Amino acid sequence: MIRSRLLRATLCALLLLPAALSAARPSDDVAVHELANGMRVIVKPDRRAPVAVSMVWYRVGSMDEHNGVTGVAHVLEHMMFKGTRSVPAGEFSRLIANAGGRDNAFTSRDYTAYFQILQKSALPLALRLEADRMRNLVITPEEFAKEIKVVMEERRWRTDDRPQAVVYERLMASALKAHPYRHPVIGWMSDLETLTVEDTRRFYDQWYAPNNAILVVVGDVQPAEVFALAERHFGRIPRKALPERKTQAEPPQLGIQRLTVKVPAEQAQVLMAWRVPRLRRPSEEWEPYALDMLEGILSGNAAARLPQRLVKDERIAVAAGAGYEGIGRGPGFFLLAGTPVPGRSAAELEAALRRELQRVVDEGVSEAELNRVRAQIISGNVYQRDSMFFQARMIGALETVGLSFRDEDLFIERLQQISSEQIREVARKYLVDDQLTVAYLDPQPMAGAPPRAAPPAGARHGN
Amino acid sequence: MATRLQLRCAAFLLLLLCAQAAQAILPIEHWRTANGAKVYFVANRGLPMVDVSVEFPAGAAFDRADRTGVAGFTNSLMRLGVPGLNEEQIEQRLADNGAILGSRFDSDRSGYTLRTLSDPRWRNEPLQLMSRMLAAPEFPQSVLERERNRLAASLKEAERLPATIAGREFQRAVFDGHPYGRRAYEIETLDRIGRDDLLAFHRAHFVSERAVVAIMGDVTRAEAEAIADQITRDLPRGPGSAALPDPAPLAAAIERNIPHPATQSHILVGAPGIRRSNPDFFAILLGNHILGGGGFVSRINEEVRQKRGLAYSAYSTFAPMLSAGAFTIGLQTQRDQAGEALAVVRKTLADYVANGPSEKELAAAKRNIVGGFPMRIDSNRKIHEHLGLIGFYDLPLDYLERFVPAIEQLTAADTRAAFARMIDPARVVTVVVGAEAPAAP
Repeated sequence: MIRSRLLRATLCALLLLPAALSAARPSDDVAVHELANGMRVIVKPDRRAPVAVSMVWYRVGSMDEHNGVTGVAHVLEHMMFKGTRSVPAGEFSRLIANAGGRDNAFTSRDYTAYFQILQKSALPLALRLEADRMRNLVITPEEFAKEIKVVMEERRWRTDDRPQAVVYERLMASALKAHPYRHPVIGWMSDLETLTVEDTRRFYDQWYAPNNAILVVVGDVQPAEVFALAERHFGRIPRKALPERKTQAEPPQLGIQRLTVKVPAEQAQVLMAWRVPRLRRPSEEWEPYALDMLEGILSGNAAARLPQRLVKDERIAVAAGAGYEGIGRGPGFFLLAGTPVPGRSAAELEAALRRELQRVVDEGVSEAELNRVRAQIISGNVYQRDSMFFQARMIGALETVGLSFRDEDLFIERLQQISSEQIREVARKYLVDDQLTVAYLDPQPMAGAPPRAAPPAGARHGN
Repeated sequence: MATRLQLRCAAFLLLLLCAQAAQAILPIEHWRTANGAKVYFVANRGLPMVDVSVEFPAGAAFDRADRTGVAGFTNSLMRLGVPGLNEEQIEQRLADNGAILGSRFDSDRSGYTLRTLSDPRWRNEPLQLMSRMLAAPEFPQSVLERERNRLAASLKEAERLPATIAGREFQRAVFDGHPYGRRAYEIETLDRIGRDDLLAFHRAHFVSERAVVAIMGDVTRAEAEAIADQITRDLPRGPGSAALPDPAPLAAAIERNIPHPATQSHILVGAPGIRRSNPDFFAILLGNHILGGGGFVSRINEEVRQKRGLAYSAYSTFAPMLSAGAFTIGLQTQRDQAGEALAVVRKTLADYVANGPSEKELAAAKRNIVGGFPMRIDSNRKIHEHLGLIGFYDLPLDYLERFVPAIEQLTAADTRAAFARMIDPARVVTVVVGAEAPAAP
């Protein structure tokens, strides 16, 4: 189902969206309760409409998989809709639909989450069904055989036929040597082909437990009532001893890494990824905030440096941008990406991207640029409160990666305080060649294509 | 606060299916500005922000056939320069105020939507900028050249993707000779577009008489009136665009098989659907929900994905617009399964058009749509989008009050009849991009 790049969204969100206009802080009014079995329940009232968003988050994602079974976290997510002892396959979604709601799920490297959006009066139904599939899932060979085919179709659709997705997948597989982030969330095709019911069942038995789950509800609800419902439906599910989470630390990078990805495409592309820190101790660290502000300075708005200079002024790129995922369980990266205009090469664009970084290191950034990014943080904090779904996602994403929903308030304050000097400092310290992996998309003619789609040799960077 | 309370009570009443609509679900205020622009406004003091949009019948369908792309370029270049301010200055000022200016562009509509904080210190400059770009865009020649080159590069990349090829061929075949048959941009006509074309298109179509202004959020009626006046005051005057013709019905089945080396075949099946003003609108909405619009529980998804594992995404949609937009069934499947998947789709469609939904399906779909109604208006953004829709398509102000009763009263026979009027399964367009020779029907 949705395998969202939530981390990226979160990062943008975290770093660019949240804000502190005045009194309203993201964690205001949020209530927390922990069941005896270790399940955390977090409720954020939003009474603008008689609606509730309910999410159950499991602190398990593709980074908890082992070699040979990559993709199992996401396959399990699909199988969670395929029935329990008392609710037949497909019935979960039918019951939610009957109540006027809609449901889906998403899997990331760090977590797996299931959600329903419905009238507040239907919330008990959603919690009853979620509690049921937390412990009573049935995975039949028949349903598995069909659904694994669906997941393979999803992989073809998301990745295999999309040149840029292939480049990103290969970049990650090259940038990391030991950490499981090197595997795609959806899994390698050959692992999907050999995945079994037993593999999937084992993953479920190991990780799906109340003490590894968080319930987040945002909407027109009373926290006390939600806590009572949670007690009733989830309270009796016994806790489990979870598998040990091995560190799987990525060894230090020992120099620049380069790769070329040859796929049928028209345009070249360059993707640069530096290993950088992520937020672990939000009240003590400053570097992740500085990296996030750097991302905002480089590409946080239409007048930011990369779109303005490389796309509009120099006209060397069709598109160019920066990305930093500050929140997550595994290693972090600072990304620069761009597509050169026809007639310019990936190498020329790489040089231009490097020049922009060097300018930050040499000259810092202006107060006007900082204020621009700060203004977006302030307004973003207001805008995000227009979406119950987004608010619930923020809470769940923070909690499952080991931070607290309350940290969101802190992010806003800390981001506002970041100085030009701090941005220069993180750029100088981390965005260095020894920590860099560079991927070029080297466009190839399409096999069996009409002649016009196959550019002559030597013209492969465009035209 | 009052509005918020109103909203909740109304929605609650609705859930009880209270027939007396004395209390509006959304207290929409509507008026015209002095120079003729239609304004739709809902106050909501819950969040200190406001959404403001202005739209015109100036979408891709209003392009001349030999100048495809003028409508799209006019839209995307309006924000890239006004007298006295270049694109960088405009974007900086928008960002300095924390405002988000988005473009709205499709076959029918062209315009902008601005999200800003409601405090005048934050909102004034973004609103002023939006007013200036709508009234007097500069279309700098140099920016036009750059955007033309960028677009050409993107089009060439997109034209290799099976999804793009399938969409293009489908559109052409369904709307042969009709403006909806053209894409927003064609590589062939890009070079012909000059600055004069953009100026002329803007003057002809972005006229105050045809402007639809939607305002939602934390401002008073008086403030909303001032905002509407400001952003429409200096617009060109004139009659605006002419009405679109209806597409011709398909005379016979059309099949297009386009080889492509991708791992999946992309399949589209469909025909012209209905206009937004068609009295069958609610019957098609409900009927399509059952057929392929209802997500995991629809027939197409059930047959293609749940029962057979043939696709990740399989759906049907319809596009009720100024003219009859396409009714479309779509899916992607591993290339050697294209024939099998297509046969399933054809059988499902034929059965559905011939027999309609079961009573059980009908009841389930009604429960989902009626029960899900509050989620259609549970945020400023969604309410704002409804205001634009109501204004642009001349829907009644009480459209949202009518919504649930209109769905409730429909029978299985109604939806079956409406589908039969809209589509004949023997005369549809079928596009398969990928597999060389999908199985015959």
